[in-house]
Amino acid sequence: MTTHPIIETHGLTKHFSVKKKTVEAVTDLTFQVAPGELVAFLGPNGAGKTTSLRMLTTLIPPTSGTAKVVGHDIAGEPAAVRARIGYVGQLTSGSYAQRARDELVYQGLFYGLGRAAATRRADELVESLDLAGFAARPVQQLSGGQKRRLDVALGLVHAPTLLFLDEPSTGLDPQSRANLWQHILDLRASHGTTVFLTTHYLEEADRYAERVMVMDRGRVIADDTATRLKADLAGDQLTFGFATPAEADQAAGVVGRLTPEPVRREGEREVVLTAPGGDTLLPAALRALDAAGLQAVRATGVPPTLDDVFLALTGRSLREADQPDADEPAAELEGATR
Amino acid sequence: MSATPTMPPATAVRPSLPRNTWHVLTRELRPVVRDPFTLIFSLFQPLVFLGLFGPLLVGQSGAPAGETLQWFVPGVLVMIVLFGTGATGANLQYEIMTGSHERTLVAPLARSSLLVGRALKEVAPIVVQSLVIALIAWPFGFQLNLPGLAIGLVLLAVFGVGLGSLSYALALATKDREWLFWGVQQALIFPLMILSGMLLPLDAGPAWMRAVASVNPVNWVVQAERALLAGDLANPVVAWGWLSALGLAAVGLWVGIRSIRRSN
Repeated sequence: MTTHPIIETHGLTKHFSVKKKTVEAVTDLTFQVAPGELVAFLGPNGAGKTTSLRMLTTLIPPTSGTAKVVGHDIAGEPAAVRARIGYVGQLTSGSYAQRARDELVYQGLFYGLGRAAATRRADELVESLDLAGFAARPVQQLSGGQKRRLDVALGLVHAPTLLFLDEPSTGLDPQSRANLWQHILDLRASHGTTVFLTTHYLEEADRYAERVMVMDRGRVIADDTATRLKADLAGDQLTFGFATPAEADQAAGVVGRLTPEPVRREGEREVVLTAPGGDTLLPAALRALDAAGLQAVRATGVPPTLDDVFLALTGRSLREADQPDADEPAAELEGATR
Repeated sequence: MSATPTMPPATAVRPSLPRNTWHVLTRELRPVVRDPFTLIFSLFQPLVFLGLFGPLLVGQSGAPAGETLQWFVPGVLVMIVLFGTGATGANLQYEIMTGSHERTLVAPLARSSLLVGRALKEVAPIVVQSLVIALIAWPFGFQLNLPGLAIGLVLLAVFGVGLGSLSYALALATKDREWLFWGVQQALIFPLMILSGMLLPLDAGPAWMRAVASVNPVNWVVQAERALLAGDLANPVVAWGWLSALGLAAVGLWVGIRSIRRSN
């Protein structure tokens, strides 16, 4: 197993000129991904996630900066990069006029397998991704979830060591989404495939990605595990309820002595604060309140989400930021057209 | 959800033009093989021209039917290729919108194989079409030289690669605006057709029309096809036809590859 990064970028930048205006879709992207990692770009529409992925997969050349993907330069050796990566785009990979299984066979041929090997490989993928029920049907007739499973199968035909997925679960119902993720996780477990995806679903990045790179306005603004991002940037929200406003007044002082974080009043009878390590702070605060003769009648601790992280970083919630701006070509390219 | 399949070793693939072109072409032909009924419809347009336009030409010229068909049939073949490969981009445009074109761009395929393979798919049915047309025209006195037809079909394939590549480039440039693709395509294809003298002779036309026609590659291809199908293989117009077709193919591939590299 090599210790070289499987993705390595330096100052990767993409500017588009639209109507004589320069739009900075991606600015100064510098990062490394080690073999076997599961990384997610998280950000609102138009943040530059798809543009970044399109540069890494050789679909568009960068304006400046360099990147090596699976050991090959994206600008100098695009063919070598293409042969070694798998790619599942935002839209449907299978041609609508083709039958699902035919597409798998031809994908194998495109990637240099012989006809017998390509046929065998197609059959394996039909089996392992549960495509048998519709493998002989034209892609046009498949449901959204079926199309997506075929897309993933097409991305895996040549057993790439690195798989890129652009918004893999957009437009899928919760059941299909869970199925898709099970396949991706199985693949990693059995083959150690490196998975690099973009998503604007918070829950998805939180639950599955081991490493989250938060993108906003063309830049990576945070890069860590979801757990650490939340602990460092957001913190748990603790709420204490009291029977009378007077008790709440006193309680604010008691709780405030336990933490450097500011304590707020919410309504007349509630004390609220946001602090890291809420799971230990909550019982400690209750003991201190008891010792001071103050009885909390309610106490809740809500762990943070990645939305809180995004809010802490940008001052906007991810949902607010997710309104595609019509003037931005990045937003157009991110393709809300699915 | 069963066990993940055994993976073949990831091979380092080097794009190869003939191999890639063959795969792109046979993939494109796959739906036709699956549903050969579509081929029957592709015969419709040439038969309409032969059956409805041919008799008018015969009446107009006053020459015997056989002689007129000898002049007209090669033009119909060129017309099939002109309209067939001219529509290459329309099929592509649909695949750009649905997403499968992007997948072929990420695959380690030689860029030119995408252009050549897709254009040849539009040319392929002409093998069947030309034989059907020759067979129908035969009782009316049409004489077909088979070696000439074979050379003529190769010439049409080269010509079709050029046109198909330009159509591909137009689809990339117009992206999801179908109206724009068709607008530009029609604005070019009809003047090219009329100024090639494939339907009506240009001899009676004004001097400027004949001047434009002399630099229209379609005109030279039509003239070359007339000579070839009649068995006049050594006629100098055949050389001019090849020069036009090869020139168009070179320009088409250059423009096509450039627009693939620059798209997005």
